[in-house]
Amino acid sequence: MSKFFPADGRGAIPNRLYSMQSLVSFKNVIAVSGNFPVLTGFDVEIGPSEIVLLRGRNGAGKTSFLRAVAGLLRVTRGQAKVLGVDVVARPADVRQRVGFLGHESFLYEDLTARENVKFVLKATRSDTNLLDSALDAVGLGGRLSSLKVSKMSAGQKKKVALASLIARAPELWLLDEPHTSLDSWTRGVLDATLNLAVEHGSTVLLVSHEAHHGSLMPSRIIDVAGGKVGGDTVVNETNSKKVLLSKGGSGNVA
Amino acid sequence: MWRDVILIAVKDLRIELRSKVTANQILPFSLVVLIIFAFALDTSPATLQKVAPGLFWVAVLFSAIFSVERATAIESDQNAGDGLLIYGVDPGGIFLGKVLSTFIQLFFLEVVLLAGVVVLYSPKVAGWPLVLLSSLFATLGICGAGVMYSQLASGSKAKQTLLPLLLIPIVSPVLLAGTKAWQDGFSGSGTLGDPWLRLLIIFAVVYLALGTIFYSAILED
Repeated sequence: MSKFFPADGRGAIPNRLYSMQSLVSFKNVIAVSGNFPVLTGFDVEIGPSEIVLLRGRNGAGKTSFLRAVAGLLRVTRGQAKVLGVDVVARPADVRQRVGFLGHESFLYEDLTARENVKFVLKATRSDTNLLDSALDAVGLGGRLSSLKVSKMSAGQKKKVALASLIARAPELWLLDEPHTSLDSWTRGVLDATLNLAVEHGSTVLLVSHEAHHGSLMPSRIIDVAGGKVGGDTVVNETNSKKVLLSKGGSGNVA
Repeated sequence: MWRDVILIAVKDLRIELRSKVTANQILPFSLVVLIIFAFALDTSPATLQKVAPGLFWVAVLFSAIFSVERATAIESDQNAGDGLLIYGVDPGGIFLGKVLSTFIQLFFLEVVLLAGVVVLYSPKVAGWPLVLLSSLFATLGICGAGVMYSQLASGSKAKQTLLPLLLIPIVSPVLLAGTKAWQDGFSGSGTLGDPWLRLLIIFAVVYLALGTIFYSAILED
């Protein structure tokens, strides 16, 4: 798995580059979807090599926050910087450095698993030699790689999207319910990949109701409510669940 | 950008080869249009030969609406369009790639339609170069405007009805110029300096340029 995270920092960020600044810096960010304000003054600073778990009720603004970080949801007011780039002014410069796995897979149903991942690698100018390894890593090697995505189950489709992400090894992983539909073995692969990515300097923001069941231990938990941060809890590295900072959060690892 | 043009065009053509929407649905539709118009107008050979160019371009225009709608619908499924933005694909490259893939599909369709015109209407073609060149630029113009307006309409809930409403008036100069250029080509009175051919070239160049420049803003909306 480490072949996806080479020491030269092809995808991952060397920590030193962000040691003096936040990797994600949102100050009083407001974003609107249609006529509805989905982010209503979102304030957060996220540093490098963190695994941040976003929690909250349905419609709280977790997915909208991830989309705003990815430059897919336009910020209408406030200051939003991602990877040191103003995401409002230069969203394209942010997008190609993040990996996004949402409820929709970005896959083409008439293409095979292999063709989909190869397309992503070519589009992102990534190393296409990693194609087979990435498919193998999620259990889609061999004959399954030549199966059309439209013939696949929801879990298999998610694996294809995951293989694309793994092969790209982005600097910032934005994952919306990544464990949903995955079997326990693939959940383990996902957790191991994310832990390894963070070891190599990447940062992971994930919305998940299931992350705590596996080996993935968030370093920080942000509670989202009403389109803004309702609680912000930092958990120490030894997983002692010690609350270092809390702004109304429970302080518990859910 | 050119790398992205090829990437998108190859991907879209591969999807078309798998789904066969153009071959199995749009092509039969356009042939039916050709036949029905022939029945509706007149069955005398002289009349059919006279109206053949216009009927051909009406059939192409109706088919083009389905083709460009399909080209943008590919990116709506599973929100793949957002994926293209995330992957950093150049918006101008996306536009030109989609124009190229729809152009290839429509040109294939036009070849079959032309065979249909020859069989059904028995026209005598004196100036093939003008007919071929005008077809080339008319198709490019239709694809350029079509892909742009199809993306504009894709955000609407009524996109299926909105696209023809937007596109047909916009490409009516192509319909007119294509028909006139073909009539000149059929009669042998036109040359490669034909004013209708020049209009088709200008239309194609303008819409390819507009799409390349503004597709980014359209995608962002």
